[in-house]
Amino acid sequence: MADLTSEFIGIRSPNPFWLASAPPTDKAYNVNRAFEAGWGGAVWKTLGEDPHIVNVSGPRYSAIYSNDRRVIGFNNIELITDRPLQTNLDEIRQVKRDWPDRALVVSVMFPMNKETWAKYVPMIEDTGADGLELNFGCPHGMSERGMGAAVGQVPEYIQMATEWAKDAASVPVIVKLTPNISNILPPAKAAKDGGADAVSLINTINSIMRVDYDRLTMYPTTDGMGTHGGYCGEAVKPIALNMVAEIARTPETAGIPISGIGGITDWRDAVDFLALGASNVQVCTAAMIYGFRIIDDLTDGLSTFLDDKGMSSVAELVGKAVPSVTDWQYLNLNYVEKAVIDQELCIKCGRCHVVCEDTSHQAITQTVNGERHFEVIDEECVGCNLCVSVCPVDGCITMRRLTDGVDPRTGQPIAEEKADWTMHPNNPMRKQS
Amino acid sequence: MPDIRPHRLSPEDIDRNFSDLHPPLRRSEALIEADRCYFCFDAPCTTACPTGIDIPAFIQKIRSENIRGSALTILSENIMGGMCARVCPTEVLCEEACVRNTHEDKPVEIGLLQRYATDPVFENDTPLFSRAAASGRNVAVVGGGPAGLSCAHRLAVLGHNVVIYNRDDKLGGLNEYGIAAYKAVNDFAQREVEYILSIGSVDVRSGTSLGEDITLSELTDEYDAVFIGVGLGDVNALGVEGENLHGVENAIDYIAELRQTDDKTVLPVGRKVVVIGGGMTAIDVAVQSKRLGAEQVDVVYRRGVAQMGASAFEQELAQTNGVTIHHLAQPLRIHGSDFASNVEFERTVLDESGALKGTGETFSLDADVVFKAIGQRLKDHLLDDGSLKMQAGKIIVNEDQETSLPGVWAGGDCVVGGDDLTVSAVQHGKVAAIAIDRHLRT
Repeated sequence: MADLTSEFIGIRSPNPFWLASAPPTDKAYNVNRAFEAGWGGAVWKTLGEDPHIVNVSGPRYSAIYSNDRRVIGFNNIELITDRPLQTNLDEIRQVKRDWPDRALVVSVMFPMNKETWAKYVPMIEDTGADGLELNFGCPHGMSERGMGAAVGQVPEYIQMATEWAKDAASVPVIVKLTPNISNILPPAKAAKDGGADAVSLINTINSIMRVDYDRLTMYPTTDGMGTHGGYCGEAVKPIALNMVAEIARTPETAGIPISGIGGITDWRDAVDFLALGASNVQVCTAAMIYGFRIIDDLTDGLSTFLDDKGMSSVAELVGKAVPSVTDWQYLNLNYVEKAVIDQELCIKCGRCHVVCEDTSHQAITQTVNGERHFEVIDEECVGCNLCVSVCPVDGCITMRRLTDGVDPRTGQPIAEEKADWTMHPNNPMRKQS
Repeated sequence: MPDIRPHRLSPEDIDRNFSDLHPPLRRSEALIEADRCYFCFDAPCTTACPTGIDIPAFIQKIRSENIRGSALTILSENIMGGMCARVCPTEVLCEEACVRNTHEDKPVEIGLLQRYATDPVFENDTPLFSRAAASGRNVAVVGGGPAGLSCAHRLAVLGHNVVIYNRDDKLGGLNEYGIAAYKAVNDFAQREVEYILSIGSVDVRSGTSLGEDITLSELTDEYDAVFIGVGLGDVNALGVEGENLHGVENAIDYIAELRQTDDKTVLPVGRKVVVIGGGMTAIDVAVQSKRLGAEQVDVVYRRGVAQMGASAFEQELAQTNGVTIHHLAQPLRIHGSDFASNVEFERTVLDESGALKGTGETFSLDADVVFKAIGQRLKDHLLDDGSLKMQAGKIIVNEDQETSLPGVWAGGDCVVGGDDLTVSAVQHGKVAAIAIDRHLRT
């Protein structure tokens, strides 16, 4: 059995799955239940100044569903903790005492002045918590008050607040980043420059879920009015993975430990984040949809996967896929694939044909010799993978690499050597050899 | 004396036995089932539908909860899409063609989805169709069954005036008089008829029989076009001794009586029932007899299981209702004095050419009631004045459903190629209406 124990910036946990700072980690009752279920750690729901903020007493959540009402995307307008600071501190102290082997990190959010940070950080550290996570990501409500994403969207502020936190703290400091920016690298670099021990990402994405089709208002509303929330769940994972990989592969930011967050629902999602450079992962939405018991599949599935790959620890997986991520300009333009339809598996739904015909390259037949028959026309196929993507039968359409001969589409011989855009004759900026 | 009496079962049992055979899908079930549709291109299910309903399109509209749009997609190709959702043998039509069968042997439940989409239209009388500008042309439709109603509706939509001449009191034909009660509960056939007539400009003359009250030549003289959809009004005879004994009945008559009786506990039913035939009507009368409380019901069919007109689903329905199906046996004579008491059968074989031969081996089944369900035919002398070309007792039509007589179209069970299905009759009526419209406008 692979070893799932995790050490993230010096914080140990029995597995790399932490609950993200969010409603599931609002109070001792929830966190105790999570630890009983087997979660490796928890980031306590964000603490702020006293007097504590208040939440709406109406809809805070809404969802996008598949037709069988499986939640695909999720949205919330809940703010940070709405309980007194001392209540939270007392509970954090007790939980850490009761669960010494679990990671317990406290999320914090304070206004932009050094004195406030210097006042509160020691109080929180005194609970015995393993670390701090600076919430520079919350996109709703708190950002209107100059905190959360309002900080995370300005790299200078990130660096400044990180420095204040580091000055006041002796435990490790994680900076949680917002995806509501055009480029994740400057915020990540600011955190690094501010002395952060790690970054965590992504926080939620600004979102309005839909319109109420009867009232023609946005949905949901509080007494007829609504506000944008933060989007999360399975649907956001690809956005998060890109940001994680960008930080992991860019020299200016590479090396800073990453806690991966964004739509992790089963163990494969965790593999995605770990292989693309995260050292551990945080989960919220899946727990909010299914309960804490999902930890069983997360740990068991990851452990089995590592065994199958002959890896003995999570650390061996971390970053494995990062070297495969590059810029478009370095992709090998001499590489040629063609789609192949397995006629034994084909159910003749015609989806591949119609999408190729309507929206791609007219490279799949509809009939052959008068019979309904779907077959790739190599002379037209650009290898785009659209048919593979839409085919409802797993494994029916696959991509086959051409390794020799001539590409029937271009009439050009298949070249063995690589050639990318940087050296392509059509590129006016090409490197001269 | 034969044991034939009503009240064999309690009213509660009868209610249960004659409730909806396939209860409608709830919203959540419909959404999940709709999600199973792959939205095939040039879909095989649509090709398999005699009326060519764009099935992936109507299912896609269920997915997006555009239910009225879904119903319009269905009903514009098949105005009786509500009844067809209930009575079509989908397992040999659209659902047999479903690509899901290839790997999982479980097609999308197209029939139930079609019902889900169309039920609200009939429950709420949602108007989906409007008439084109009045053409001032008049068309006679003879027969108010699926073919005639389909033709009349399409003609009305296209702006023509229609008069339906109907033999029976109620419109609907076999939908009203001939289908098992548990397939069309809550008077659905009449609700559908009312919906079809609500298009307007369709007059109905009930109790009017072709050949008795009106003649074809009168109609061709009076109208700009005529459509004949009279079905098959007569029943084939067994041609065996004892056929005239009491207790030997036409299955379709009993089914019609059953359909027209609200309190089914009062229907007399035999303790032992023998049904002769192998089609849908045989199964319908057998299962309904069982559900009325018959103790023993035997269906006897002269050919093999593969030749039965009843679909595999119907055969299974009979068997799970406790009906015994005997294959390869033909009736020799019905014994009894005044009342039938016993049917003697001879076992048969099919030779290599498929021809039926008696083996000489016999057996007999006791019967309080014997139902004949060996097929229907056009009523004698109805159309034998020589004006229409016929083949094997049915009217010959071309691909536009036009007969050999100019200005006269025909469809449904009474034409060559009619296959005893509501959905085919609807298609005949639709095709004829489109052809008639073209004819009237040129």
